[in-house]
Amino acid sequence: MAIPIIYNIRSIIIRWASNSVAVLGIAGVVAVFVAMLSMARGFEAALVSSGSPQNAMVRRGGSSSEMESVVTLSQVKVISDALGIAKGYDGNPLVSPEVIVIASLPQRSTNTDALVQIRGISPHTFEIRTTVKIARGRCFTPGLPELIVGQNIPKIYRGFELGAQPHFGGRTWTVVGIMDAGGSAFDSEIWCDGLVLNQTYKRPAFIYQSVTVRLTSPYALAELKNSITSDPRLTVQVERETEYYERQSQMVTTIIKVLGFLVALVMGIGAVFGALNTMYSAISARVREIATMRALGFSEWSIIVSFICESMFIALLGGIIGCIIVFPINGYTTSTINWQTFSNVAFAFRITPGLLAEGIIFALLMGLIGGLSPSIRASRLPVSVALREL
Amino acid sequence: MKFFPFLLANLLRKKVRLSMTIGSFCVALFLFCLLATIESSFNQGVEVAGADRLVVINKTSIISPLPLAYRERLLQIPGVKQVSHAIWFGGIYQTEKNFFPQLAIDHKTYLQMYTEFRIRPDYWEAFVKDKEACIVGPRTLAKYGWKIGDRVPLRGTIWPGIWEFNIRGTYQGARDEDDLTQFWFRYDFLDERRLPELGKGTVGWYLVKVENIDMAAKVVAAIDQRFANSAFETKTDTEKSFASDFVKQIGNIKLIMLSIGSVVFFTLLLVTGSTMSMSVRERTGELATLKTIGFSDITVLFLVLAEALFVSLMGGGVGVIAGKLYTLTGDPTGGLLPIFYLHPQKMVMGLGLALLIGLLSGILPALFAMRLKIVEALRRV
Repeated sequence: MAIPIIYNIRSIIIRWASNSVAVLGIAGVVAVFVAMLSMARGFEAALVSSGSPQNAMVRRGGSSSEMESVVTLSQVKVISDALGIAKGYDGNPLVSPEVIVIASLPQRSTNTDALVQIRGISPHTFEIRTTVKIARGRCFTPGLPELIVGQNIPKIYRGFELGAQPHFGGRTWTVVGIMDAGGSAFDSEIWCDGLVLNQTYKRPAFIYQSVTVRLTSPYALAELKNSITSDPRLTVQVERETEYYERQSQMVTTIIKVLGFLVALVMGIGAVFGALNTMYSAISARVREIATMRALGFSEWSIIVSFICESMFIALLGGIIGCIIVFPINGYTTSTINWQTFSNVAFAFRITPGLLAEGIIFALLMGLIGGLSPSIRASRLPVSVALREL
Repeated sequence: MKFFPFLLANLLRKKVRLSMTIGSFCVALFLFCLLATIESSFNQGVEVAGADRLVVINKTSIISPLPLAYRERLLQIPGVKQVSHAIWFGGIYQTEKNFFPQLAIDHKTYLQMYTEFRIRPDYWEAFVKDKEACIVGPRTLAKYGWKIGDRVPLRGTIWPGIWEFNIRGTYQGARDEDDLTQFWFRYDFLDERRLPELGKGTVGWYLVKVENIDMAAKVVAAIDQRFANSAFETKTDTEKSFASDFVKQIGNIKLIMLSIGSVVFFTLLLVTGSTMSMSVRERTGELATLKTIGFSDITVLFLVLAEALFVSLMGGGVGVIAGKLYTLTGDPTGGLLPIFYLHPQKMVMGLGLALLIGLLSGILPALFAMRLKIVEALRRV
């Protein structure tokens, strides 16, 4: 026979003061746990959403990121002839050879320089990266030192508002447009004409870092890969764009996740101590009640189940409160350096329903562990002795 | 000291509560150690940077190269004592997950620049003799099970192909917090093998040792002025501010993690404190009895306080030791945080904090015990 759950709920309400300590402890742990994971997830999402499953990136074989890669114009021409590439409005294959430069620009918040990825693009880029739109202003005029900047750039760096004239790379540029890339890594990039960029940084004119192509469909990757890798003139590697960006996010995501888990775990142990304390004192205050229930015929098992339920209910309350406390950080934007691309990326914290569910499960687990041994002790109380107690 | 058995007996009366109070102190201090370690690992470089070393990088950004010819020109600048250079290799051992820093260094000058790295003379001699040699930090050696004499292949990312190196030695740091994961090989080997269009004859950055530290600011200005308006403009900084600028780019992540952690640390300790004061209040009657049989007010105050301090010290001590042991097992992310080291100073600070909280949580109940009126206390049930 089970003890009605309402008994536990009433007990919790009566001993609200000592229970609230345990509830708050668990709430804090859940809040931290969710905050850490949402940070990792937000960073990952910013990079992964930069890629499209229908795009493929071609880089020099062996290079682990765009920066390290070199692709020549003659290679670009061979790549353009490969199979599986979609055609643009002008009837030409959708191939975008791009130039990458990392520049250090002054950050608003710290007044020190931070590294920014500058991408020299080609006429087809906007047809390939369909998620990127010009939100304000216009696109640059090919051949002129004009910039279009991601929407996070003016917020993070000094002197990049629409119409501003920043100076870097030995020349003065004009910001003519602001891009909206939907929160992806492109929102932290600066785009301009690839030829102008190469010229500014005194690089050879027709050398690129990567080539991004639009596939006829997301399934055409194998076709493209075959056609490119079988060509002896090319020593390049082909990768789906989403996979590339996922890999670029791994390092930072791992650091945040591992450290976040570690901190949450240690805190979790602390919260379990809190729950144990609360439950033990709850039980020692209710020795007579428990003995009475045993005398009425409730079995040891129903006592155990009842007290575990009580402890898990406290944990659930804590978990829910923790999720409510942490929820406002959803969407909060911050930036960090991505060591893999060696440039700063702004990203927003992302709290998903799945993450909240993980937080609640973590809370329930703490409640279970914290309630287990006190409830076993409650069930073992010798009835006659306990009833005699004052 | 004669009260110690009494103290112990009092503490041991409620063993479960005692172990939990000590346990939460222990957890809080472990957390403190962990946060302190994370903090310093994010600050990696800043704390170990040499004050008399300057770093010269390309003005565009650190990944743009500088010509090898700058070496001689740098040496001509007044106040410059020694110049060395290095370049980031970024190779991959087996899979991309195996991350450790690889630097192609100038074997003629690098060691004079980094006096904090200790290398056995025979290792260095072997390194200088063999063009394909490398020196590998003990952490990286241990991680991949390499031995001195092994030949290890790295897949180049910036410079394609498989590069093989002979491990000719290892190094030690002069301080415990020095980075022991680095992999050095010879710049001349890299430059000889790489293709002309991939930066032949260039270096990643220059390291400059100044004759005395007071001249550093002057030398910094002189270097940047020397190369202004050239094809490769430079940006020079002391190693310390170079490292700290880099750390600033990590941005809010560090701040968020640490502020969250600190809040939790203090709540944990406060909760513990409240438990301790609870246990004193429960014993009101006993304290009154003590006073009745002649213990002075001050002695009672000290008895209660000593109890709190004892618990906090026990818990704190165990926590700090556990924290230290944990950080000794190495970086939990598998190589991404090369400096994962708990400074003894931070351990002492942690213990101090634990004692402070013990004192704070004990002082109120102790004052309460001291001011206790015997008649009133004994009247309570």
